[in-house]
Amino acid sequence: MRAWGSEMTHAVDLELDCREMPCPMPVIELARHLGDVEVGGLLAVVARDPAAAVDVPAWCRMKQQDYVGADAADDGVPRYVVRRLS
Amino acid sequence: MSGAVTGEGYLDSASASPLHPAARDVLLAALDQGYADPRRLHRAGRTSRLLLDNAREATADALGVRADEVTFTPSGTHAVHLGLLGLVRGSRRGDVVVHSAVEHSAVGHAVAWGATGDEVGVMGDGRVYDGDLVQGAIAPGTAVVALQTANHEVGTVQDVGDFELPNDVPLFTDARASMGRLPLPGGWAAAAGSAHMWGGPAGVGVLLVRKRARWRNPFPGDDRVDERSTGFENVPAVLAAAAALQAVVAERDEVNVRQHALVDVVRRRVAAEVPDVEVVGDPDRRLPHLLTFSCLYVDGEALVTELDRLGFGIASGSACTASTLTPSHVLEAMGVLTHGNVRLSLGRDTTRAEVDAFCDALPGVVAEIRARVGL
Repeated sequence: MRAWGSEMTHAVDLELDCREMPCPMPVIELARHLGDVEVGGLLAVVARDPAAAVDVPAWCRMKQQDYVGADAADDGVPRYVVRRLS
Repeated sequence: MSGAVTGEGYLDSASASPLHPAARDVLLAALDQGYADPRRLHRAGRTSRLLLDNAREATADALGVRADEVTFTPSGTHAVHLGLLGLVRGSRRGDVVVHSAVEHSAVGHAVAWGATGDEVGVMGDGRVYDGDLVQGAIAPGTAVVALQTANHEVGTVQDVGDFELPNDVPLFTDARASMGRLPLPGGWAAAAGSAHMWGGPAGVGVLLVRKRARWRNPFPGDDRVDERSTGFENVPAVLAAAAALQAVVAERDEVNVRQHALVDVVRRRVAAEVPDVEVVGDPDRRLPHLLTFSCLYVDGEALVTELDRLGFGIASGSACTASTLTPSHVLEAMGVLTHGNVRLSLGRDTTRAEVDAFCDALPGVVAEIRARVGL
């Protein structure tokens, strides 16, 4: 089941599959791959880890990146979208 | 006999404090004196009853309440359940409990069992939005407002007693994190405390119910000394708890200043010496002995384990700790980093040297755990 409508899904430049990763691996993957998108580009983390819903926005605040919001991957797993600012 | 001292490096007094030295001798003497049923009229029973009444009076005196407002319960958790649900049962308005998002899970479990919850959010420092709390209080159907005196995970002190509630909506305050350490706030109809958190024995809770509060027992009653309590009174333990509480109240001006300054040292050093760390909670209006911070890219369980290996006993609210897969609902409600979390809480005799040793060890531990994942 999709939690969000597909019209809400962001067009991202890179999507990281962290579905099966426990906390804090999704945020670690996010940090590792930030440099893989251009400044201004969108990077998304797909994660079942319930901590990611809090920790991705917190990471953005701490690292001065832009938290765009949450949507869902094609299989309905939560996806957290970040815009690279620097 | 010399009193118990905090084990060196034990920095988890908010989970449980070692028995206060003032309680130890009282407990041992009361074990011999206070074994009998305090309801019996024989000499041994009368002795037990005297000790129980003494404990109640000493507790009331230490907390600045009336003796007949004090009930001893078999745990702090049970005191929360009784206090909150008893006010719900006494309400003529409905069964909704308006509560902050950062209440201890004991409040959440009580609401889930016997009321309807209406959760109010908190600011980034953990302090509840008072306006929303009052809005919820005046809504039809609201029975009780529940707000902790201070947060057990991040230490932020709430403004209990500083806001206006409708006359027929009583306030329940979970005072466990602060009882003994800080004076009770005003404005509550019922409150709960837990002896092992101030240096009394485990298995003693304190329920306070104001004289004129509409409180009805939410659970089956009993025929004990106190109509609000059930089960055979643990007279030696409650007497020791009262002795510890008196001692903690008597020494708190000195201890609080010392602990507050030591926590300031840790707050400052952690923020300065560990990269990518978030120190959370109100830096000033907080419990004197407790602080919480979160380290980016660090697994909470690894952090607890590595610090333990170096002799430091700390707690963590991270999901990555073995007991749970969901992160602390307190950190979540505050919107702060939930992984790599450390809650450190000082004992009454924690020294500057211990605090410095912790601060000296932490950056290396964090760096080593980050290096494992290549960061």
